Amino acid sequence: MDIIVCIKQVPDTGQVKIDPHTHTLIREGVESIINPYDRYAIEEGVRIKERYGGKVTAISMGPPQAKEALKEAISCGVDEAVLLCDRAFAGADTLATTYTLAKGIEQIGRFDLIICGKQTIDGDTAQVGPGVAERLDIPYVSYVRKIEFIGNRCARVERMMDDGYDILEMDLPALITVTKEINEPRLPSLKGEVRAASIEIPMYTAKDLGIDINKIGLAGSATEVIKIFPPPKKGQYERIEGTLDEQVETLLKKLKELGIINIPL
Amino acid sequence: MDYFLTDKQKMIKNLARRIAEEKIKPKRAELDEKEEFPWELMDILAKSDLFGLIIPTEYGGFGGGCFENCLAVEELGRACIGVATTFAASGLGAYPILFYGTEEQKRKYLPEIASGRKLAAFALTESSAGSDAAGIQTQATSSGDVYILNGTKQWITNGGEAEVYSVIAMTDRTRGARGASAFIVEKGDPGFSFGRKEKKMGIRCSSTRELIFDNCRIPKDRIIGREGMGFIIAMKTFDEARPGIGALSVGLAQGALDEAVRFAKERVQFGKPIISFQAIQHMLADMATLTEAARALVYAVARYIDTRPRDFSKVSAMAKLFPSDVAMKVTTDAVQILGGHGYMRDYPVEKMMRDAKILQIYEGTNQIQRNIIGQALNKEYGKKF
Repeated sequence: MDIIVCIKQVPDTGQVKIDPHTHTLIREGVESIINPYDRYAIEEGVRIKERYGGKVTAISMGPPQAKEALKEAISCGVDEAVLLCDRAFAGADTLATTYTLAKGIEQIGRFDLIICGKQTIDGDTAQVGPGVAERLDIPYVSYVRKIEFIGNRCARVERMMDDGYDILEMDLPALITVTKEINEPRLPSLKGEVRAASIEIPMYTAKDLGIDINKIGLAGSATEVIKIFPPPKKGQYERIEGTLDEQVETLLKKLKELGIINIPL
Repeated sequence: MDYFLTDKQKMIKNLARRIAEEKIKPKRAELDEKEEFPWELMDILAKSDLFGLIIPTEYGGFGGGCFENCLAVEELGRACIGVATTFAASGLGAYPILFYGTEEQKRKYLPEIASGRKLAAFALTESSAGSDAAGIQTQATSSGDVYILNGTKQWITNGGEAEVYSVIAMTDRTRGARGASAFIVEKGDPGFSFGRKEKKMGIRCSSTRELIFDNCRIPKDRIIGREGMGFIIAMKTFDEARPGIGALSVGLAQGALDEAVRFAKERVQFGKPIISFQAIQHMLADMATLTEAARALVYAVARYIDTRPRDFSKVSAMAKLFPSDVAMKVTTDAVQILGGHGYMRDYPVEKMMRDAKILQIYEGTNQIQRNIIGQALNKEYGKKF
């Protein structure tokens, strides 16, 4: 089972400043950590390797200092790591980031499963995992809280929903994003730390990856950050119970009442 | 203070500190209250390779010495010496095998202990033999290809939870201390069971229990060293382990000092934080000075032990005696500085003061440490003059 874990180094505080021109984060002077959700992704990858054998490779896109995050991943049981590092990658939105990461993953080569944290604590978009899967044209499930089963060709996972969970089966290779319910991440081990201290982490530039320069960084970004604000609270919802026929009937009635659909019942 | 640690030593210290802060601190009050054995935390320490710290690399360990062990237990002890004692007691159980075991014994037991898959324990004390180790009643009788053990060990740390026990028993009572031998007994050996689990003043998450040997039959190859070496093995084990108790003490004292200073900065009386009063400042100054002096002594002795000197009983005893007395004083003063708050279970210093007392008692009471130091002085000066 060959696993790729996508991780991001993020600032360790909610008190970060935003660049007034680019509307992106000013990272200088703030202590950096592995995005907390990515630690669950690392742990899940290492646990799968411990059970089924194989290799875990961590990948990150970021400045040279992001090597520290990759080294911490190695001290926690990851086998290898690569850093996608180029000034041209800077200022990327999720569209450009997923393109760059997908190219990096193609460079790593074979894999059975890609694991990402469900979202980062700095960007909070939760788009990068699914976006990478789209770029690589593989199936994905987000918000995975448990891997029930993983075989050579397929996996069965539980996806967290607002009011319960789905059980989904998918073909491998695939991508999942994980929630904090999935495991309890371990701390580094001494042997892992010794390995991390001596390992050379390869850095790939845009040129190394042979990628389209117009699709990366700020230039390759389709979105522009105008304003940052917390999303509005979710509205009220109601659970419709009963047999399938009853549920359909109730739902149609309600949608008609709300004027969303207009069909004779 | 910069003690000029190597990169590896810094790594050990930082990792142990992180475990103490993130994993032990949030659990310590509950473990103490429930007197619950900290299995979950032992599992975390195992996954972080800390149980392998003192085990050579060829047996799956990290290859550290007395000093590396001290750095780890100090940091763990800063959060909870109940947890740290449980951890350190496994090392104590491993030392006899490490120093005197055969190659086969080392290959069989040390990798299991290093990985944390199995906890170890050391068993010397009996109801009539503690400070006077020669008073051991537990008997080991040679019979064909087995030894048959009979007797009861008392107050054994990790008793009932450990899988591997280094046990001191008499093979020849007529020879006194020279008739003692050391054996490896495994949990599950026929005739080996556990008695009462003690209710303690402090370190309440650690297990302290009786070991009962009722015609317990173990194979002949479980003897450590030769018959008659038991007392030497026990003394050598304590010599190596005592700075570890000193390090636990330094950790505990530092933990109590941390709490006292933090409180003194926040607590306002007469319109000022109490740290601005000289009465409090002088207490804190003494606590900090004693703690740093204890740390300096422990580090110096542990580093000296790692140069493998021939006889280091005296300095090893000093590295247990002074820090444990310091820990008792500093934790008591921390409770005083916190006043009424300190006496309540809502604050950690109450537990720290209860925990501290054992440091002056176990692994040789501080009176025995003074005996060791006194006897060594007598011998040293006998040579010179």
